[in-house]
Amino acid sequence: MANGGLKDDFSLSITVGGDAGQGVESSGALFTQALARGGWHVFGVPDYRSRIRGGHNFFQIRAARRPSLSHSDPVHLLLAYTRETIDVHKPNLAQGAAIIYDDGFRVDAAALEAEGFVPIPAPLTKIAEEHGSKLMINTGAVAAACGVLGFPLEPLVRLLHDTYGHKGKKIVEGNASVARAAYAWAVERYPGRLAYRLAEPGEVGEKTQPSQPGRELMVLTGNEAFCLGAVVGGCTFVSAYPMTPATPILEWFAARERELSVVAKHAEDEIAAVCMAIGAGFVGARAMVPTSGGGFSLMAEALGMAGMCEVPVVIVNVQRGGPSTGLPTRTEQGDLLFVLHASQGEFPRIVLAPGTHEQYFEAGWRAFNLAEKYQCPVIVLSDQFLAAARKSLPLDALTLDGVSIDRGALLSATELDRLDGPYRRYAMTETGVSPRALPGHPKAVFTVTTDEHGEDGHITEEIDLRVAMMDKRMRKLEAALADMRGPDLYGPEDADVTLICWGSTVGPAREALPLLAGQGVTANVLHFTDIWPFPVHKAEMALQGVRRAIAVEQNHTAQFARLLRMMTGFQVNGSVRKYDGRPFSPQQIAARALVEVGARV
Amino acid sequence: MFDGANGQASGGTRRVDGQAHGPSSRAPNGVLDLKTYSSPYKPTWCPGCGDFGILSAIKAALVELEIWPHEVLIVSGIGCGSKLPQYLYANGFMTIHGRPLAVATGAKLANPQLHVMVVNGDGDSYGIGGNHFLHTCRRNPDITHIVENNQIYALTKGQYSPTSDVGFRTTTSPEGVFEMPVNPVAVALAAGAGFVARSFAGEPKHLKQMIMAAMQHPGYALVDVLQPCVAFNKVNTYNWYAERIYDVANDDSYDPTSLRDAWERGTEWGERIPIGILYRREGVPPYENYVPALKDGPPVERDLSARLDPELLERLKRAYV
Ligand SMILES: Cc1ncc(C[n+]2csc(CCOP(=O)(O)OP(=O)(O)O)c2C)c(N)n1
Ligand code: SF4
Ligand SMILES: [Mg+2]
Repeated sequence: MANGGLKDDFSLSITVGGDAGQGVESSGALFTQALARGGWHVFGVPDYRSRIRGGHNFFQIRAARRPSLSHSDPVHLLLAYTRETIDVHKPNLAQGAAIIYDDGFRVDAAALEAEGFVPIPAPLTKIAEEHGSKLMINTGAVAAACGVLGFPLEPLVRLLHDTYGHKGKKIVEGNASVARAAYAWAVERYPGRLAYRLAEPGEVGEKTQPSQPGRELMVLTGNEAFCLGAVVGGCTFVSAYPMTPATPILEWFAARERELSVVAKHAEDEIAAVCMAIGAGFVGARAMVPTSGGGFSLMAEALGMAGMCEVPVVIVNVQRGGPSTGLPTRTEQGDLLFVLHASQGEFPRIVLAPGTHEQYFEAGWRAFNLAEKYQCPVIVLSDQFLAAARKSLPLDALTLDGVSIDRGALLSATELDRLDGPYRRYAMTETGVSPRALPGHPKAVFTVTTDEHGEDGHITEEIDLRVAMMDKRMRKLEAALADMRGPDLYGPEDADVTLICWGSTVGPAREALPLLAGQGVTANVLHFTDIWPFPVHKAEMALQGVRRAIAVEQNHTAQFARLLRMMTGFQVNGSVRKYDGRPFSPQQIAARALVEVGARV
Repeated sequence: MFDGANGQASGGTRRVDGQAHGPSSRAPNGVLDLKTYSSPYKPTWCPGCGDFGILSAIKAALVELEIWPHEVLIVSGIGCGSKLPQYLYANGFMTIHGRPLAVATGAKLANPQLHVMVVNGDGDSYGIGGNHFLHTCRRNPDITHIVENNQIYALTKGQYSPTSDVGFRTTTSPEGVFEMPVNPVAVALAAGAGFVARSFAGEPKHLKQMIMAAMQHPGYALVDVLQPCVAFNKVNTYNWYAERIYDVANDDSYDPTSLRDAWERGTEWGERIPIGILYRREGVPPYENYVPALKDGPPVERDLSARLDPELLERLKRAYV
């Protein structure tokens, strides 16, 4: 075994904390990536406030022998960029946890020791100033943490070269020197005598887990995985108005607009953004609009336009804490019932709620296929937790397997050439899907309107036609049901308790299963990703063996449990809900599920 | 001057020389005349409505510019005037109230080969759609914007609009309007529009010329059309406009390329109302020319199967190792 005696389920949590503006997230990202390069599976969660400077931010990293599905509590190593960080995070630290901080802070080390922690005042400012510049203090801090953990320095130094290479030799060398000095300092002072290490006591860092060629791990956020999925899904048009936590999607495409030939338009507001995408979708682009709840609210009327005019468009709602401006940088699953019902009247829409990075990637291309196949808006419902979490994945976790570009009933120019008789955009069909022409062909000149219309797209108020058109549009939902997946079951098939979740809660919920097992409760997880049209039959089949159902959701009212009841009549026995803006940890789910099932702890 | 990051007018399909060209390889045989544009549906406008004149002028302008119905996309909003795409034979998209400029911008960026025109009312354009108006002016996509400005909300049966004059009595201003009206010309100039014209629904020849000039202008072009609403606006009637309008083209000293001249005349309203091309900026290419993704041609013509090239995904993933 490469890593001495560390068990397969070994996992260690690290928190980097400090003030906004101190580079907490970039330190966290650097650390996460370095760990992955050293062969560790990582899961990093940023926690930051909606301000540019000041206020406490932190980044929690989990390093594990096997792939992680979420972060994990408690924390074994705290990297404190401010004195306040120590007080904030003490309650979440494991006994024996190490606390690294600048030796210039006025910290009562003896008191920390008395509380069972290992204070590590490090000369971080001094080392940065001596070996590089004061700005490189975070590099030194991460390197010192590596030294304390018994993690090799080499992956970090290599990463510094790759990260700062474009900034010139001086910056790269400076950072590398600071890292080496801080690492040496830590290894010398704390030679493997800490309780929590990424190596067995006595092992030298270099002997731990080298990253094996061909087994490299990539580290990317959920939003980044989604962007890759949208690229392979043929996305050619992105329009958006910046709104946390969806902004990185527009920025990702804007940075690659030239390379990928995808229009990336920063619009004047969300109404413009979605309308631009609808205009682009109408003429044949694969168009999408990333936003968060506030932006989605503004898009409600246009959503109905896409439904009524049968224009394919993909809207990504990366949920954050609501209501209103709410908790701008934090997570929630509060928009479920809203996105299902937003906009006046009834029209077909498809809603996907990916729960993992892999599923978010998949949603990237599936959404475009579904939008064109059923000629309707498709909403991808994610959240800040999934969007911003940095997860390590082997390269073959995101592949082209199963990826196709299905443009549905789109008529080619040659097919249109052969058309005799006038083109009818909304021709009545059995599935409700009408053969679709794009404007620009002489044989298919047509108008569409948000008013009720006939087959040729002209306004009508005629009763029979109205009813027929409503039926035609709604039939598409029945057809789309065939493409909706039922819930996935994780854990033992036969279990006393079933945790029912949707979207991103699947990660921590699955991680809670062994914790529950440890308490004598056999549990499994039933996870829904395809929300609308609701896969009623598949859900009913999956629910048949459920003995006690606990809904696990990041909202106040257990919205999915309500949907489930509405669609299937199934009633959960209890719910674990969270709406403080912070993602569930597996430990929180396990503890609260135990209370719900009334088990003795 | 300068022609944008993409070199020549790859995004703009309209040339300043008036030669319109769309997807000509698919151009139908036969003659292009006014009948080509006639729709089987008859307008539901009130007899005498100014929108009839606007519809005729648009058709005439398209025919004269030799643009075929399949090469044009007319985007409208909601209102009496916004029903216009229903009454001619051309591609049309009647959207939601206030949003046609945004829809049109998306369509134009996705397929710059289409001649994209927006036709909407004063409420749609300057009221609920005011933000899009402002930003489309400064963005400068190659879109021709024709506003049916009747100084009233007609379809909703007679409430005051953003262009209603002070003192105008309507159901929502029973004691008369006491907000300053929007002057579309001034707003467009201030927002950076490159072509600003005004015309009158009662002057079909002039109107046709303005529409043609707007279509030939590469970039956003506004034609604010004074449009009598015979049903709900009993103040701003055909006569009211006819008595006041004068064409700046008849004034030799007027220089439409001068922003100073344009501002002076553009802000004139009341006793005398200038019509004609009030401002025309030359040598500035349309927005599409700067859009990096359009350097490879219209997004709607991309070969999407290229996205399934494993090397592309591998390259993108490698950045995260
Ligand atoms: C979001 C929304 N609000 C209100 C309306 C109702 N409405 C329809 S047309 C219109 C005003 C139309 O005025 P204008 O754009 O000047 O067009 P006109 O009828 O005068 O040609 C309004 C308020 C609507 N359709 N949508
Ligand atoms: S109400 Fe006014 S604008 Fe509408 S059709 Fe009648 S005259 Fe024209
Ligand atoms: Mg009006």
